Amino acid sequence: MIDTLRLTAEGAKELLDKKEVSGAELFAAYAGREDEYNAFLHRCGDPGGDGIPIAIKDIIGTKGIPTTAGSKILENYVPVYDATVIANCKAHGLRILGKTNTDEFAMGSSTENSAYGPACNPWDLSRVPGGSGGGSAAAVSGGLAPWALGSDTGGSIKQPAALCGHVGLRPTYGTVSRYGVVSFASSLDQVGPVAKNVRDCAYLYSIISGRDANDSTTVDVPAVELPTAEDLKGLRIGVPKEMNGVAGIEPGVTAAVSRALELAESLGASVEECSLPRSVDYGVACYYLVAPAEASANLSRYDGVRYGLRVDGDDFREMIMRTRDAGFGDEPKRRIMIGTYALSSGYYDAYYGTAQKVRTVIRREHEELFQRFDVIVSPTSPTVAFPIGAKIDDPVAMYMNDVLTIPSCMAGLPGLNIPCGLSEGLPVGLQLIGPQFAENALFRMAHALEQAIGFDVVPERLR
Amino acid sequence: MNWEPVIGLEIHVQLKTETKLFCRCRNGFGGAPNSQTCPVCLAFPGALPVPNRRAIEETIKLGLALDCEIAERAVFHRKNYFYPDNPKAYQISQYDEPLCANGKLVMPTGDGDITIGIHRAHLEEDAAKNVHVAASGRIHGATATLVDFNRCGTPLVEIVTEPDIHDAETAKRFLQLLRQTVVELGLSDAELEKGSMRFDVNVSVRPEGSDELRTRTELKNMNSFSFAAKGIEREIARQIRVYEEGGVVEQETLHFDPTQEDSPPLRSKEEAQDYRYFPEPDLVPVHPPSDVVDRMRAEIGELPGARVRRIADTLSFYDADVLVTGGLDRLWSDVVAAGADAKEAANVLANQFVAADISPDAVDAVQLAKLVAARAEITREAFADALLHVGDAGFDAAPYLERKAVSDASELDPIIDAVIAANPGQAEQFRGGKEGLLGFFVGQVMKETGGKADPRVVNERVREKLA
Repeated sequence: MIDTLRLTAEGAKELLDKKEVSGAELFAAYAGREDEYNAFLHRCGDPGGDGIPIAIKDIIGTKGIPTTAGSKILENYVPVYDATVIANCKAHGLRILGKTNTDEFAMGSSTENSAYGPACNPWDLSRVPGGSGGGSAAAVSGGLAPWALGSDTGGSIKQPAALCGHVGLRPTYGTVSRYGVVSFASSLDQVGPVAKNVRDCAYLYSIISGRDANDSTTVDVPAVELPTAEDLKGLRIGVPKEMNGVAGIEPGVTAAVSRALELAESLGASVEECSLPRSVDYGVACYYLVAPAEASANLSRYDGVRYGLRVDGDDFREMIMRTRDAGFGDEPKRRIMIGTYALSSGYYDAYYGTAQKVRTVIRREHEELFQRFDVIVSPTSPTVAFPIGAKIDDPVAMYMNDVLTIPSCMAGLPGLNIPCGLSEGLPVGLQLIGPQFAENALFRMAHALEQAIGFDVVPERLR
Repeated sequence: MNWEPVIGLEIHVQLKTETKLFCRCRNGFGGAPNSQTCPVCLAFPGALPVPNRRAIEETIKLGLALDCEIAERAVFHRKNYFYPDNPKAYQISQYDEPLCANGKLVMPTGDGDITIGIHRAHLEEDAAKNVHVAASGRIHGATATLVDFNRCGTPLVEIVTEPDIHDAETAKRFLQLLRQTVVELGLSDAELEKGSMRFDVNVSVRPEGSDELRTRTELKNMNSFSFAAKGIEREIARQIRVYEEGGVVEQETLHFDPTQEDSPPLRSKEEAQDYRYFPEPDLVPVHPPSDVVDRMRAEIGELPGARVRRIADTLSFYDADVLVTGGLDRLWSDVVAAGADAKEAANVLANQFVAADISPDAVDAVQLAKLVAARAEITREAFADALLHVGDAGFDAAPYLERKAVSDASELDPIIDAVIAANPGQAEQFRGGKEGLLGFFVGQVMKETGGKADPRVVNERVREKLA
């Protein structure tokens, strides 16, 4: 009997290597489990082979498998090519279980913006799994996949990992190819692993990372080391006071994070308060100019000419307007309008131009902190998972969910979430931010902390 | 009042790189529709551009040939607009940080050099081709539009001049010289008919002596240099007329129909489009390394303008210009080196040779030099035949040199006499001073001799006999 709720990818590999289970049995164990979370938009049959199964966020292009990006405009779109990360997974024998639910074009923090209905949280079906990668998060937490790929623009891997109680890494910008990944905001999008523990996370990162000739923004990546560390001796942890004092932060979240920091000290780390004032104050505003601006251009290719939805009209203009009106939901429309405005002649300098300058300020503020600290720690989300529908009518409240994940994304830095406890019976996530290319260091400290915290990743209602 | 035209040019040249600008599709003319495409140039979701190193190098090379400053940092921008031939709905182009800027082309003329400033030269991708399907073949009344993406993403260099040109002839000569420069650098075929060189012309006029820039109109779609010169002249005249009648020139675009040179252009007032340029986040800035710039500089030989100037020391400016812009001057020097007279060789190349439409590269200069030297001694027919074959592999001038022209007066005189006798009226008029009739008599004699007579001797003898 395979316990898909608890089995890690590493554990699965061991079972396969020892031939204790067949590839078919393993795949069937996941594929046969009912999806009570609307985690998958599309589930695949067993492609054969005996590699580890994996779930893929539906923003990542998969040859021959529908890829909708959570949007009606790509409802029947089937890519003719694999994203580089998919090719890398296949080269390692990984087998695709299916495509997971996402906010439309990865725009959202709750997966409620999916054109195919919201996903829900395995810890409490009435609550959101976070977003935009709520489908991958729910699949991993709910035992529908041993691990998954997500994508993170402003927190879409880290925040769902926090709300569903598992590990998620947003890698350093440029370490994982974006080729074949439906673009939301090109200067921010990064694919990353969603896993049950830190070692699986590191292993999956080793599979997907590396320079790609098809993505000019990728770079050579240091060899990935699977972490074994059990202490944090000499580690210098900075805790930005603004990040632990943002408006709306829940006391239960603060408490769980404080306990984790005490544990870190007991493992030999030094913990010191520090400050990221401008990053926290301006990060969200800056993000909501840069990301929509890039999105407004990236989403312009959905014109009904070559693929995807087409609603006919009397001429090109009418056809494209009808197609985009029918194909896009409210959130992409909102962001296309914001982005178009921010880039418009006469407004560019005030909005997009200023946002780019602020982005430089945010990057420098982080660089300065890394002169003194090895890692910056904060809560990942100010709150635990909130009820479905609670924020859907208030876009700004929804945007503020990402206040803690956005600054390091704007700086292009790696960020990792590990679960650090419960508040009101729901997982609380701890965010570890490192300097560029410090993934190995993040894995080591996260692994040591993970061992010390001893968080049970199986949702209480499923134990 | 006297008016001064102000003309600026925007030229697009399609680079003949092996592959397209941002993907590995073949860059070539004439494939079956949509056979040279991939996820990148079709703008499938998730596809990303990767710049073609050679295209960047060639743009730098052209920039150097145009005396431009090569940017230490160049940036690609997105230019946003919706059109079916623009699949990403943005064109990757360059905006405020182009690869090349602040250059000039010094153009020799019969009255000395003219310097035309090059504002900038940048690299961008071409659009696809829309084919509007309707019985008439025109956009109006079309029932469907098909798109061929083969051209989509091919590399284009856009060259923008300063408004330094003040007459249509100079504009035409600039375009010819630029074309020849691009062709010689090996960057492009620059064929107007195939669209591998295209240009737009901005025209305004102002009172002579003033330095204001008045409203300009943009002339598009002219696919020959002489067509362009004619269009510019007409537009200048129209603008002057408008001002003199107290009117105002409005900013508009004149779309010419390349198949109908004489039909008036369609005029359209294009709304000022907001292209929302912003730096292309899928690409990193380009920092051309100095060794690449040096290598490109070393690949540039003596440029056409300099050669016109050098050759004009020997020949007239006109001949030098025709030879160089026709790509014939290298052959000319070889033919002269092989012993032909410089002026004779230039005449033959600029006239008969051009008419024969033979590639200069195919010609053995030594054989051509023999022909040029013997031109007066062989029959016209023999010379014309020889020129038709001078580009053939292994061409030998010897058999043609044997077809001597008849220059013996004793042989020609009876024929000349007969011709004069048969045309007494014309003979009378010639004697009465109608000198132009000389050609008529020479022609008649040539006809009678089947083209074998030496026209110079015939000329002399006819004059003598009708004196």
